[in-house]
Amino acid sequence: MKVIKIDKKDWTGGIKKIQDSYRLFGPVKGEKFHDFKELGKGELPDLNFSNTRLSPKSIVYPQSEIMFEYSLDEKDSDHHIMKDAAKNYSPRAVLGIRPCDASAFLLVKRNFDTPEYRDPYWIRAYEATTFIGAACNNPCSTCFCTTAGSGPFNEEGLDILLSDAGDCWYAKAITEKGEKLLNAAGWSKAAAGGSLKKIESLKKEAEARISSSILTDQLKNKKTTELYEAPFWEDVSFACINCGTCTYLCPTCWCFDIQDENSGCSGVRMKNWDSCMFPLFTNHGTGHNPRGTKLHRVRQRFMHKLKYYVDKYDNGIQCVGCGRCIRSCPVNIDIRRVCDMMNSYDPKACACPVK
Amino acid sequence: MLNPYMPYPVSIDEIITETEDRNLKTFKFVFLNPGDEDKFSYRAGQFAELSVTGKGEIPIGIASSPTEKGFVKFTVNKVGLVSSYLHSMKVGDIMGIRGPLGNSYPWNTLEGKNVVIIGGGFAFTTLRSSIIFMLDPANRKKFKDINVIYGARTPGMLLYRDELAAWEKRDDINMHITVDAANDPDWKYNVGFVPAITEKKAPSADADTYAIICGPPVMIKFTQPVLDKLGYGHDQIIMSLENRMKCGIGMCGRCNIGKEFVCKDGPVFTLAQLNATPREY
Amino acid sequence: MLGYIDKIREISKRLLDEGRVDMVIGFRKGTMPMMNEPAFVKTPGEVSTLVWDSNCGINLANYLTDRKEKIGVIAKGCDSRNIVTHLLENKTKRDKLVIIGVPCKGMIDRRRITAMFDDEVREVTEEGDVITVKGTGFEKKLKKAEILQDNCSKCIHRNPVLYDELAAPLVEEQKDIDRYADVRLIEAMSPQEKWQYFEDLLSPCIRCYACRNACPLCYCPTCFVDEARPQWVGKSQDPIDIRTFHFLRAYHCAGRCTDCGACERACPVGIKIRQFTSKLNRDCLDMFGWEAGLSLDQRPPLDTFKPGDPGDFIK
Repeated sequence: MKVIKIDKKDWTGGIKKIQDSYRLFGPVKGEKFHDFKELGKGELPDLNFSNTRLSPKSIVYPQSEIMFEYSLDEKDSDHHIMKDAAKNYSPRAVLGIRPCDASAFLLVKRNFDTPEYRDPYWIRAYEATTFIGAACNNPCSTCFCTTAGSGPFNEEGLDILLSDAGDCWYAKAITEKGEKLLNAAGWSKAAAGGSLKKIESLKKEAEARISSSILTDQLKNKKTTELYEAPFWEDVSFACINCGTCTYLCPTCWCFDIQDENSGCSGVRMKNWDSCMFPLFTNHGTGHNPRGTKLHRVRQRFMHKLKYYVDKYDNGIQCVGCGRCIRSCPVNIDIRRVCDMMNSYDPKACACPVK
Repeated sequence: MLNPYMPYPVSIDEIITETEDRNLKTFKFVFLNPGDEDKFSYRAGQFAELSVTGKGEIPIGIASSPTEKGFVKFTVNKVGLVSSYLHSMKVGDIMGIRGPLGNSYPWNTLEGKNVVIIGGGFAFTTLRSSIIFMLDPANRKKFKDINVIYGARTPGMLLYRDELAAWEKRDDINMHITVDAANDPDWKYNVGFVPAITEKKAPSADADTYAIICGPPVMIKFTQPVLDKLGYGHDQIIMSLENRMKCGIGMCGRCNIGKEFVCKDGPVFTLAQLNATPREY
Repeated sequence: MLGYIDKIREISKRLLDEGRVDMVIGFRKGTMPMMNEPAFVKTPGEVSTLVWDSNCGINLANYLTDRKEKIGVIAKGCDSRNIVTHLLENKTKRDKLVIIGVPCKGMIDRRRITAMFDDEVREVTEEGDVITVKGTGFEKKLKKAEILQDNCSKCIHRNPVLYDELAAPLVEEQKDIDRYADVRLIEAMSPQEKWQYFEDLLSPCIRCYACRNACPLCYCPTCFVDEARPQWVGKSQDPIDIRTFHFLRAYHCAGRCTDCGACERACPVGIKIRQFTSKLNRDCLDMFGWEAGLSLDQRPPLDTFKPGDPGDFIK
């Protein structure tokens, strides 16, 4: 595995060069917090952040995305027929993505890239993207990535991992895509021997700073219907106001809606993010709603992430431990607490006394 | 890369008003592009997204049979935004269909078996597809006895009345048509709810007999105990579910019951499968 | 306000013991600094989970809507005003409620405190009017009055207006407060400046609807933004649709809003949503002498007509 040393003086120049052949996205500090933005020419990412308020999923999967265009004007020969909207899948790079967020794309990929169907919008955008991770030296108290299948130096889903070694960056090229980007940036100075060891020790230090954890080992063994009927959902869901904060901020939530929007005699068919928290999400045309109460909807969110996904793909939970839903939930519903309740649930022990 | 969201353009070839309340219409579509019909190769029990340009899409069971060529047919209940608009459309109008989607009835399992079809109200569309498919001369010998119990509120609310009458006359299918109440003095078939007629007319269970049930929740709720009583195993009771859907391909996340997507892993499940999942339908 | 906890527990236990309520709705200790979680207790044995401190900003009136039980509810000034509004709008019944009033000294602004430090705030404790903020390698004492939520710093109804029990003696109300300085700033802008201001204000919106859902006033079974027939508002990130949502929602709250701050507290991207509602509150005060939720005996100004109502907007 090749490790490149990037002197901090070469940082700005390299970023400019990357922008010659890539659309570059990076964290930028707004008025109150950091978020990923497409960087203008010469604009630098600000890597002095713990993590962005919103996840970077929108770089691959925008909140609103036009799929098709159509004409409703019968004078047009192709009226009422869907036509592909113009797309830009030129190479793009995300500089400074946290390892947890990068590994989230792999989880989401299982939904959008299946043996039977492939979502061309997600896949083409994903394939066009090079992920340059910034290893996380300063995790939050709400981060639990190391027990959620990721970690502050986790390489899965990344093409390059940057580690801050003080006076320089160590850039570890993980994939060919990553090497290509390093070349484009003109970052080519091989790091001295021992850099891998240095990265390894930074990693150990960072992992030791993760103070929060979950247990997921029993989730697979639980019976779906028993977990579904567990009495704790009333308590877990009580505070929920059914807003979309948790799902919209989550790097692994992928649900969407399809909508036609007309303007005069033409229109577009688009995908918009949707949320299992919203009652309308599952409402039948007849008015019947199989997830008609907030208890249903809160349960769906946690069951999906921590049970259905586990059973469907046999590849861990649908969560990378970034902690955004905990930090931003307006009413402090905490997935760590719910996960522990699910993981330790014993229906026999919970023969709750009638109150 | 194939785009699973792209509908095939079709035009409306024929519109038939099926029921006396005029809330159910059957739409016959023809494909605009040669070759699309072959790509839209389906099995009875599958569904498609009807794409009404400018309004949206609705998932509807395919009412025509794979053995019927040159067109596809859907019977649509007027309920929401898209279906209401569709009801106002005319022959010759252009729209799209996307599919076929979902798993279909388990035809490999059903081959060589007795098939009991139990349907209620307007949930008879994919059952029509199945009956036409099984009665096709090339297929009929693959199945043993075919029994059909089909009920609606009134005679005027039955779908496909001409075909029902034709099947009544055949000897290779046993029809048990029923209505909740008949206002027609000439009504010569059964009167009574589907569960009661099932109890009287359905063959008792054996290892070679499968029941397919489609209908409103209340019908299913009361028919299932009858089948239990008749000895049907839960592996031999086959149901087709409906849920709100958008993508139809297991991606948009709303139609799941437990880990199964009704759109992609279903809509057809055995009762044994449903017993192991949350009943969110 | 920590001293209130024992009294809240004592009252809750008594109400449950005596069977006067089926549940008490209050707060339990959150899993993060400056956060508590709305929660219910149904047995006397559970009342020890109830807490009270300067992080109970969520409006609990929001949890009463359409519930069938007999409920004991903990209510600070704004919650109690929203309960009054709920009663006026028939969203709950007085005889279903036992209101445990909490005279309030304001809630602290979690967002502002977080933004004051470069490193993560890991622990926040309070003693009287001193808030101690700790993180790795730093500790700072802050005066509570200086880090209140904006709405709390401008609040003149800290005491509950309607209650059956009281968790503490009434507190002195704030006087000589300039509540509408922000409103005047916007009013002084030119139309172009206003437009730009609102555009910037709403640009981070992700349409999660946390503001709407945290608001006790927003109980419509289907919100106008969710209506499909007719569809009033598009569902994408189109700025026009986003503005339509915020403007119309604010108007739906006119004459009803108690300035509890739940909307701003809930917003994950920090939009100052009260910039809209404050203007409408001020107008209701100016035009009708009305503040929402102060009395059960008066109908809100926008659902009544009086001959003296201002009418100069009719041209």
